[in-house]
Amino acid sequence: MRSVATPVLPVTRNATATSAATRLSGWGRSPVVEGLERIGEDLERLTRDVSLTRGLGRSYGDSSLPAKGGGTIASTRLADRILAFDPETGVLRAEAGLSLFALNRALLDRGWFTPVSPGTQFVTLGGMVASDVHGKNHHEAGTFGRHVSRLLLRAGSGDIVETGPDVERELFDATVGGMGLTGHILEVEVRLKRVNSPWIWSESETAPDFETLAERLVDAGRSWPYTVAWADLLHPSGRGILVKGRWAEPGEAPTTKFTWPGAVAIPFDMPGWAINPLSMRMFNALYLAKHGRRTRTGIAHPQSFFYPLDAILDWNRAYGSRGFTQYQCVIPKESGVAAAAKFARLVRETGGLPCLVVVKDFGPEGPGVLSFPKPGITFAIDLPVTDVTPGLVARLNDVVAAEGGRVYLTKDAFTSREHFRAMEPRLAAFDDVRRRWDPDRKIRSAQSVRLLGDNE
Amino acid sequence: MNVVFLGATKGIGRAVARKLAERGDRIALIGRDVEDLKRSAADLEALGGSVPATIPCDLLDRATIEPALASAWEALGKVDAVVVTAGLFGTQDALEADADMRDRVLTADFTNTVHVCEASAVRLIEAGGGTLCVLSSVSGDRPRKTAYLYGAAKAGLSFYLEGLDLKYRDAGLKTVLIKPGFIKTGMTEGLPVPPFATVPEAIAPAIVRAIDRGTGVAYVPGIWRFVMLAICSLPKFVMRKLNF
Repeated sequence: MRSVATPVLPVTRNATATSAATRLSGWGRSPVVEGLERIGEDLERLTRDVSLTRGLGRSYGDSSLPAKGGGTIASTRLADRILAFDPETGVLRAEAGLSLFALNRALLDRGWFTPVSPGTQFVTLGGMVASDVHGKNHHEAGTFGRHVSRLLLRAGSGDIVETGPDVERELFDATVGGMGLTGHILEVEVRLKRVNSPWIWSESETAPDFETLAERLVDAGRSWPYTVAWADLLHPSGRGILVKGRWAEPGEAPTTKFTWPGAVAIPFDMPGWAINPLSMRMFNALYLAKHGRRTRTGIAHPQSFFYPLDAILDWNRAYGSRGFTQYQCVIPKESGVAAAAKFARLVRETGGLPCLVVVKDFGPEGPGVLSFPKPGITFAIDLPVTDVTPGLVARLNDVVAAEGGRVYLTKDAFTSREHFRAMEPRLAAFDDVRRRWDPDRKIRSAQSVRLLGDNE
Repeated sequence: MNVVFLGATKGIGRAVARKLAERGDRIALIGRDVEDLKRSAADLEALGGSVPATIPCDLLDRATIEPALASAWEALGKVDAVVVTAGLFGTQDALEADADMRDRVLTADFTNTVHVCEASAVRLIEAGGGTLCVLSSVSGDRPRKTAYLYGAAKAGLSFYLEGLDLKYRDAGLKTVLIKPGFIKTGMTEGLPVPPFATVPEAIAPAIVRAIDRGTGVAYVPGIWRFVMLAICSLPKFVMRKLNF
């Protein structure tokens, strides 16, 4: 593994690049499509005649990929300036390509952090809005969109529109979690969260089975701002680890100067057989054994607490050249922990080789028209892509749809249009907004062709 | 440090200006589009720098250079360094086909950059010394079939800057000639990407180090010193055969 000396924002590795067309993919490296990605500092100009805008390409499936006839798409990567920051209120306005990586390095040490953080910092503000990302504090803080006060968009009609919870609200609500389909996001204004130190005080414990894990997870949310669980769904019990955290007080924080660590990279594609039932069972067992049975408490670096996998660049290469998908769904609260446990058993029985599965309880639904989270328990399961993956996703979707749950479009690559429609009664409202602002549906993606019936 | 910066809104200049801002430098921004300068000013101030002035100056219009430098000097009071990263790019084909474009690239990258340097040198020496850091390019080290027009402007610029350093280093003017290899920016977007290509953030620390130390010539990344040494030692009949 090569060590990366200068911490520089990594860009999702695309399959191959020629001067004419690029083979584009999401973080899961499946599917791969031909497309032309245009990059530049002037996003307003860049988005004049493109069918989609993408950030760092960290959505897993096809949501940041062009439709077949979509032509050129724009990249926000170079449009990454902070346009205003008020150190009194924490209100930040920036160009859509500003990464969480850069934001963390600029402001965490000065006492400001994103109100909601996904599991990687290699995402842009625009992408965080389009996915309406959630994090370990969803039960308390909701999604990212709840903290956004303004969005500057280029609508499909070409018009530039300032939106917010009190201006063009319909368009704003559809854009939050709207997968970039309601307009090209040019600028984002968000209220950051004040923190007393850049360090995290964290506590973790093991749970012997899935039901206990899920119950303790929900309980922990009553007193901790950040909670998450990892479940070993390859083990019959569904045992796991519960992790809780809060920002450390200045007195608890280390006295050493706060710095961000570097990263190592996986320099080649691992062979496809590296991920197999035995290796995954061993990995999970080792992970749990390493934790031990006692409760662990102490100070954690925000990188290891929020972004454990960011320390390994290109970790998606571990799944081999066929890539992988992450299946993330929510089982609604009304169905109860028993339904979630049943789903966990189903995952094990279908034999989809889940590594450690991330489990999190969601708080109330936000105003985003297609926003993913709703009260209940969410599962995020990494699955290597094989011939059986579409069938496996369909079986899981049968159960999720029947329970009244739904899947996270940012992760999805294999859901069928029928399943999506069954899970998404809100689709008509979303279509209404698009009809108004983009009657010809000029803005579209490979995913919107697959799930929303847009033209190729 | 007090810095006059021409070209901080985009590409390598943006990354270098951010490094300076992070350590609290005061930067007067000079450039063509004042609205865009103001956006960069906000960015640099959020990162910890201060930007006392954003001043219009068009590198294609010589008459705007001296007044812009005068305003920058006035805004900063004392100037420690002038950094010039602005420039234009054109592909060999485009520059051969379009005389107007050729004129713009040669004027911006050579003639008027020299005017900026001359005016800055006079001011810096008058004030007792300082650093003048200018971005040239490895493409000015050896003509190649695919980049000799752009390369000619950069070769002329490198030649000029080395001469300036020879003559005025003793008078207190440290001329820092930066020769970047292929850097992925908006300027090089769409070009075939050669080996050793990198991003502005990766080379910005080395450029700031060169400014601080007053390094005469700095290849960034450093590997390009050896790559260009190899390319410069190739016989002409080989260069005629190569298509890079």
